[in-house]
This record gives sequence, C-alpha cells and structure tokens, in this order.
Amino acid sequence: MARLTITDLKKIKEKQHATFTLREGGYRAKVTVHMGTCGIAAGARNIMTALMDEISKANVEDVIITTSGCAGLCAREPMVTIEILNKPPVKYGDVTEEKIREIFKEHIIGGSPVEKYALVIGSETTY
Amino acid sequence: MDKYRANLLLCAGTGCVASGTAKVKTALAQELKDKGLADEIKIVLTGCNGFCAEGPVMLVYPDEIFYQRLTVEDVPKLVEEHFLKGRPYQKLMFKEPEQKLAIPLMKDIPFFKHQVLRVLRNKGLIDPENLDEYIARDGYVAASKALNEITMEEIIKTVKDSGLRGRGGAGFPTGLKWEFASKSKADQKYMLCNGDEGDPGAFMDRAVMEADPHSVIEGMIIGAKAIGASKGVIYVRAEYPLAVKRLQIAIDTCYENGLLGKNILGSDFTFDLEIYQGAGAFVCGEETALMRSIEGKRGMPRPRPPFPAHKGLWDKPSVLNNVETLAQIAPIILNGAEWYRALGTEKSPGTKVFALTGNIKNVGLVEVPMGIPLRTIIYDIGGGMKNKRKKFKAVQMGGPSGGCITESLLDIPVTYEDVVMTGAIMGSGGMVVMDQDTCMVSTAKFFLDFTTDESCGKCSPCRIGTKVMLDMLTDITEGRGKEGDIETLQDLSRDIIATSLCGLGQTAPNPVLTTIKYFRDEYESHIKDHWCKAGICSKLCSFHIDEKLCKGCGACLRICPQKAITGEKKQPHRIAQELCIQCRSCYDTCKFNSIKIGPAIHAGKPEAAVKN
Repeated sequence: MARLTITDLKKIKEKQHATFTLREGGYRAKVTVHMGTCGIAAGARNIMTALMDEISKANVEDVIITTSGCAGLCAREPMVTIEILNKPPVKYGDVTEEKIREIFKEHIIGGSPVEKYALVIGSETTY
Repeated sequence: MDKYRANLLLCAGTGCVASGTAKVKTALAQELKDKGLADEIKIVLTGCNGFCAEGPVMLVYPDEIFYQRLTVEDVPKLVEEHFLKGRPYQKLMFKEPEQKLAIPLMKDIPFFKHQVLRVLRNKGLIDPENLDEYIARDGYVAASKALNEITMEEIIKTVKDSGLRGRGGAGFPTGLKWEFASKSKADQKYMLCNGDEGDPGAFMDRAVMEADPHSVIEGMIIGAKAIGASKGVIYVRAEYPLAVKRLQIAIDTCYENGLLGKNILGSDFTFDLEIYQGAGAFVCGEETALMRSIEGKRGMPRPRPPFPAHKGLWDKPSVLNNVETLAQIAPIILNGAEWYRALGTEKSPGTKVFALTGNIKNVGLVEVPMGIPLRTIIYDIGGGMKNKRKKFKAVQMGGPSGGCITESLLDIPVTYEDVVMTGAIMGSGGMVVMDQDTCMVSTAKFFLDFTTDESCGKCSPCRIGTKVMLDMLTDITEGRGKEGDIETLQDLSRDIIATSLCGLGQTAPNPVLTTIKYFRDEYESHIKDHWCKAGICSKLCSFHIDEKLCKGCGACLRICPQKAITGEKKQPHRIAQELCIQCRSCYDTCKFNSIKIGPAIHAGKPEAAVKN
C-alpha cells in the first residue's frame, strides 16, 4: 500500500465521510456491535452471528455491519448501535440473540426503533 | 451568510394555517426577539407537514424535536424552556398514541449527560481495526502537524501550557517530563507507553487500547518527535489479549501506510514502534521496573535519580507515558492548550476517565471534566447503588495504592489535589463503590493481600512489613485481634511508607490507613466485640430473625443450605445457631429486613461475645 501523505489524509477523510454519514455511501443503515472485552464476554459474538444470519436470510444489501470497542456502559453489554439514514443513532443494551432478530426486523428493516429494548437516542458530547 | 443555531420549521400548510399558524408565528417571533434570540434562531415557514390533525405543528432542527398543537399561550414557556434553557418542552411534544414508552435522548440519561469525551472520543464509534475510520475522525492530522509544521519546542510548549498531567496516577506534568528528556543528549532515546494496567477494578486503558489503538500510537509519534526518540515500545500486560491484537493490527497498518518507520507522513522523521507483553507482575507498572522488564531482566524498581528522562531503558533517556495520557496528545496539538484548559480546574485541567465498578448500578467507563463532584459521578452517572435497599458506604479510589472515601466527603471536586486531601489518591481511575454490606476491615485486607502478593521483594519494609500487616488483619477478621493492634498497624504503615523505594511500598498501607481513619469503630468492634457488623467475617457474626419484622414468608427457610431455619407459614421463623454457618443466604434473601446481624456466639453463650 502507498505511503500516506498529508493530502492522502484529507482524501481518506472525505471518502470515509461517506460511510459515516450513510447518505453518500449508498447505505440506508449502519449497525455497530460493540466488541470490547466486556461486550465479547457478555456474548457480542453471538449477536454478531445472529445479525449476519438475519441479513443473509433477508438478502438486504443496503445495511452495513461494523464492530467497535466498549461503549462505556459495560453493565448493559452486549450493546448495539443502529443508525438509519437521516435518523439519530439508537443504542440497545442487554441485547440477546432473540432481541437482535426482533430489532433487525422492526428497526433495521421496518425503520421503527424497538422501544422496549432501546437504551438511548443520540450521541455523546465530544470536545 | 447568517448562521443560526436552530431552525424552527413551522408548518404553513392549509391545515395548520387554519388552526392558527400565523398567530403562533407572530408570537414566536416577538418572543424570540424579546429574549434576544432572534439572531440565533430562525423561523422557517414550510409547506404542509402532513400531520394536519395535530396542527399547528413545528419541527425544531438540529434537535429534531416535534411540537404539536401550538398555541399563542404556549409560546413564552416553549421559548424559555427549549430555546433559552435547552430543554425540549414536554407538554407540546409529540406522543404516539399507541406507544407508551419513549426512548430517551442521550442528554436525558444522566449516565451520558455528564460525560465529555476526549480520551474516549472514538469509543464505540469507529472500527478499531480500520485505519481509514480513525483518519476520518481527524486521525493523524495532529501527527502530521507535529512532524511537518511545528518544532520540538513548540510541541513541548503546547503540552506544557495545556497543563496535562500524567494519568497513570501520580499526576506528573507531561510537558515537563518531555522537556527533561528532550534536553538529555544521547545517540538513542526511547518513547514508551505504559499499558500495564494492574489496579483491581481499573479498566480504562484496556478500553482505550481496544477501542482506539491509533490514538495511542499517534500520541507516541508526537511524543517521540518532541523528545527526539526514534524507537518506542508499548508495554501491555499479556492478560489483555484483545488490546495486544488490536494494537498489533494498528502498528502493522501504520507501517504499511508510512505512519511508522522511515519518513513518516512525508517528513524526515523516523520512528519504530513495537509491543512488549508484560507477564503480569503488578510492580512492572512502576516505570523503572517496567524498563528493566523490557530489557529482559526481573522487573524490580531502582532508585531515582537518575530519572528515566536521563537514564531509562537501556540506560538511554526515555519517557514513559500512560495510555490515557497519550490518547489526549493528538487533540491537544490539534486544538491547542487553551482548548484543553476549557474543561477541568486550574491545577487539574481536562477530563479524566474512570472505571466505575462495585455495588453500583451503571458499571462502566465514564469520562468527565475534572472538578466534577464525586457525588455526581456515583449518583447521577453511576445511577446510585445497585441494590436500592442498600446504603452507600464508601468509594475506593486509586486501587491498592489508594484509599476509601466516605459519604461525608462525596461533595469534594474530583481533582488530583482534592482527592489526596482525603487520604485516597486519584490513581489511574478505578472507582470501586461499596454499600453497607461491605466490611471495611476485609476490604483493607483484600488490597493488602494484593500488594503483599505483588511486592517484588527488593525492600524489606514492603516485603516483610506488608506481610506482617496482612497477618494482623487476618487475625482481626478471624477473632484473634488484640487491643493495640490498630496502633501497631498505623505505626507499621508509617514505617513502610517512609522506607520503601518505589510507589508500590510507599502506597501499599494507604487502604489500611484510610479505613482506620474513617471506620475505626469497625476495627474496634471486630477486636473488642467480635462483631463484624456487615456480617462478612463469618467468624465474627451471627444471624438472628427479628420476630416483629418477620412475615413468615419462608424465603429464608427455603434458601438455607443448612436447614437451620424453622417456622410455620405466616409465623415468625427462627435460626438454630448451632446449625448456622453464617453464609448470609437468609440475610440476602429477606425482603423485610428482618434478619439482623449480631456478634459472634462463643461456646453456647448466645448473644454475648467472649472478651479476650
């Protein structure tokens, strides 16, 4: 791979902006499974497997799945963040395989958050 | 072009106009003007929103709050609440008829509300194994600035001015450390990262290394440039396999992309970085011991001076920074010292990450501005006690080197200086919350057991002294405590603190000293009355049922493994003391608070402790 220069950093940032904002990346939904040690210990891998299974069964292509580290609230792991195009992110806590399958159908496909499992809407303050 | 902080999309479709949009608009415009908000908030009349039944309706951006059935009378309150105070006005908010639950916003949940993310800026947001995602969040822009645009002196000045203090525990100013090393002359210098997080109950560094490994690497590149180091090592304990894996992936990608190695980001700067896995000795978190460990020697501290800034790894000038410290470097270089000082206090600027554990509801990782009251962290962010029926007793800060802080001190601001005043230390950021069912003597014993185990053995006061103290504490918790033990413990503590070489010995007695300071009565009741009032020390307690409170529900009877409890349904139950093994099952099960903890019962003399 090429050695990066300062201009490359800007290009990558712009390119990545697309996936972060969903809109320009052509995706409709982004699912982040929080896989820090706490998440994995609480069963995040099974959540990921169940999610992949649902996606392949439903044969959807406009949903991206990604992993990330601890979301901070370790007590409520496994946690999953779902971002639908033009909607603020929704975090789910204490997710199980059954719950994620339901969330997939209701929220990712159907577009309406599953309120009984949802923890919070929005993002934290960063400075 | 004028910039507005909020847009109010007021529906001017036929339906809403019919229900009064025009009047509402006039009132709204007037009210915003009166409150001086007219230049900040823009009213936009839109076409039909579609929700005519609830008109006039209005959508507020960027909050995406939907208001319905607006009236002229509601306007003053709405403007005051939402636009002046920033709290969406519940009364006019849209409620879906069939849905009773509403998902709260981040800022409505205290756990998130009080947090400000700097170190954890990418937590849960990026894929830690993907360099591009880190770059998308302004990654390596600071490194590029440090390598191509500014000098070593300028980097050091910015970090010094920011007031950033080492997050490993001692709080030494990072900029000063860098300055010392930069002034040392040598053919080789080293930039090191301390990822040997070992305090029981602390997991901040692990989370940073797992969630955002590039932030640590970028901090190290900048630090290496500042001190003139061409080699670096990240020392991570082997018990953190996921952190090691993600750091390694990050380092490999950096090499592939010219972010490590020769001519980083097109500059003439060279920096090589590798991971060294520690074998899990707590003392290796001490800087001189850590450097010996990297050299392949037994991890033991050596006297300072010479300080590592002059003679560190392989006797070359070295700087060792904690993971959390390094993760803050990039934003400081990017945004400047003033930006950093905007949060926190004069002497403790910025934010601090804490690992909340113990008997607390929201176990997790939180980042808050320094100076926030301890009470806010425990009750608002932490959500209070895990078991609502239990009372808060103490919070242990600073791990085995720290101490316990009691209820009366919860309003102190969390800064390096204020925490030290209590006898605890800020430490690396572990906060273990304990409720009323915690025995403070056992807690002190737990931490001392840890340090006794982890003492490297170099200094006799630490090696032997902590063992003697541990034996005394064990005696106290098992009913062999004597008058004068408390004073002996305090004496020994002072000697160990005064005569140990490194931080491990110098701080090991802290948990004992602070528990004696704040909970002396508990030590005394263990020694004199053979009574562990929390019912933790099984040899120093007995369990009884208060017949007035007992409802005869039978819950304790069913859970007792010894079948020591008897009683008819709806009649007060009793515990047969000769069968009871003090397992606490009944105490934890009873919903009516009817199980009481009494002193130890000796040789068939009920309810009276035998004095030594």
